[in-house]
Amino acid sequence: MLLIQCPYCGLRPELEFAYAGQAHVARPADPSATTPDQWTEFLYLRDNTRGIHAERWRHVRGCARFFNALRDTTTDQFLATYRAGESMPVLQQAGQKP
Amino acid sequence: MRKFSGWTLLKEAFGGQQGWTPQWRRVAPQAEYDAIIIGGGGHGLAAAYYLASEHGITRTAVLEKGWIGGGNTGRNTTIIRSNYLFDESAALYDHALKLWEDLSQVLNYNVMFSPRGVMMLAHTVHDVQVAKRHIHANRGNGVDNEWLSPEEAKAYCPPLNIERNIRYPVLGAALQRRGGTARHDAVAWGYARAADAIGVDIIENCEVTGLVRDASGAMEAVQTSRGLIRCRRVGVSAAGNTSVVLGLAGVRLPLESFPLQALVSEPVKPVVPCVVMSGSIHAYISQSDKGELVIGAGTDAYTSYTQRGALHVNSHTLSAVCELFPAFRRMRMLRNWGGIVDVTPDRSPIIARTPVPGLYVNCGWGTGGFKATPGAGHLLAWTMARDEPHPINAPFTIERFRDGHLIDEAAAAAVAH
Repeated sequence: MLLIQCPYCGLRPELEFAYAGQAHVARPADPSATTPDQWTEFLYLRDNTRGIHAERWRHVRGCARFFNALRDTTTDQFLATYRAGESMPVLQQAGQKP
Repeated sequence: MRKFSGWTLLKEAFGGQQGWTPQWRRVAPQAEYDAIIIGGGGHGLAAAYYLASEHGITRTAVLEKGWIGGGNTGRNTTIIRSNYLFDESAALYDHALKLWEDLSQVLNYNVMFSPRGVMMLAHTVHDVQVAKRHIHANRGNGVDNEWLSPEEAKAYCPPLNIERNIRYPVLGAALQRRGGTARHDAVAWGYARAADAIGVDIIENCEVTGLVRDASGAMEAVQTSRGLIRCRRVGVSAAGNTSVVLGLAGVRLPLESFPLQALVSEPVKPVVPCVVMSGSIHAYISQSDKGELVIGAGTDAYTSYTQRGALHVNSHTLSAVCELFPAFRRMRMLRNWGGIVDVTPDRSPIIARTPVPGLYVNCGWGTGGFKATPGAGHLLAWTMARDEPHPINAPFTIERFRDGHLIDEAAAAAVAH
C-alpha cells in the first residue's frame, strides 16, 4: 500500500484516498465555441504517461480535499504533492524529467 | 513444422524423445517486411498468424520487447465467455468464442480450451435484474446464457455457499455453458508455432523505439533496438503500453493503463468444476488443471506501469472468495502478480485504423482481453490486410469517442473498474 503525503493532513495510507485522474485538464471555457475534437480531448484523451505523471488525488476519508501529485508511474514513487491551484513544482533531482 | 499426432508421440516415445525440434525459429530481423505486428502476446501472434494464413501476407514479423506471451497473456486468469450486453460486443466476443472452439485442431497445438461453463452470481435485486436483462439480450443475439436458482447454482458448483445468512447471499446466477478457460501459454506458443511454419518471423528482445513516417505522413519504417525495419503496414497490439508506442507516431488515444492483479493458491484436488464470477463483491475463481485455484482481483485505483499492485486489493477479493467458498478459508496462496491493462472510457476495445495511414491498433481490452485472443487477432489481420474494418470490428473505432457512438459495457464487465 502506498503512503501519500496529503498537503493538508500529512502522511496517510492509500486507503484514505481516492484517485481522480490526470491533473491540470481544464474544462473548455466557452462550451458553445468548443469543437467535437476539443470535447474529445477534454473528456476522453489522456497522456497515460509512462514516467512522471501529474495527477489529482482526493483525501476522501480525511480532509476530503483535492490536491495534486507528481508520481513516477514506472515505480509508483510519489515525488511531490501540492495543493489544488498551485502550479506544478519543478523537480530538482538529477535524472528526473519534468 | 513437425505435425503433432498420436503417431509422432508414439514414435518419439520409442526413439528417446530425440527427434523434437524448436517450435519456432530464432531469427534476426530482415530489412523490410510487408506487415509488422508490434507486441508478441496472444493477440499479436494471432494477428500475424491470420495475416499469413488467411490473407497471404507471409512476409510478416512480430516484434516483441521481451519474450512472447510474457505480458498480459501470461498474467491473466484465462476466462473465456461472450455474454456481453450490447449487440456490437456480443458479435465481437462470440466471434472469438467460435474461433476458440476448434483452435487446437486449427493450430495443431493443444490450447486446452475447456468449455466448463462461466457462472456469474447475483447478490442483490439489482444484480438479478441486470443478469436477466443480459440473458435475454444474449439469447436475442444467439449467445447462450441461462438463469439458475441458488439451488441450481450449487448443483453446478458444489462448494458454493448459498446460505442466506451471509452479507451478500447468492440469489441466483447466469450461466454461459460455452464459456470456460484455456491454457494461456499454449495459446501464445500455438500461434507462434503455426505462424512461424507459414513464414512469419517472430523476433523477441526487439523493442520498438520509433515509428518513422514518410513525407505524406504514412508509415514508412519502424525503428527498433535491433535496427531500422522498413514496413508500410504496422499493427500495434501492445496492451498496457499502447499509449507509449502510438505516442511515437504522435497519436493520442482514450486509454489509461492500470495494474490488474491475480493470484493462485496451492494445488488441490478438483473442487471448482466451473468458472465462478461475482461482479458485486468482486471475486472470480476457477481451478487450473494443475489444481491451483486461480483468483482474479481488481484493478488498483491509479494508473501505473509497474506490473504490481497493492496487497489490500487482493485481500479484498480473498475475503469475498472466503465468504462464497468457506471451505477455502484455510488454503494458502502461492503467488500473486500484476499486469498492466489499457482501459477505455466505455470499457470496450478499439480495433481500427489510426489517423496515420498504414498504422493500425488493437487495444483497450482492459481487464478482459484474453477471451478475445483469436477474434482480436483475426479482426486486426483483416483490418490491416484490406485497410478497412471487418463488419464485426467496424463499430470499435477511435472516432466513436468523438462521435458519441460509445459501446458502454461498463455494466457488463465482470470487474468493477
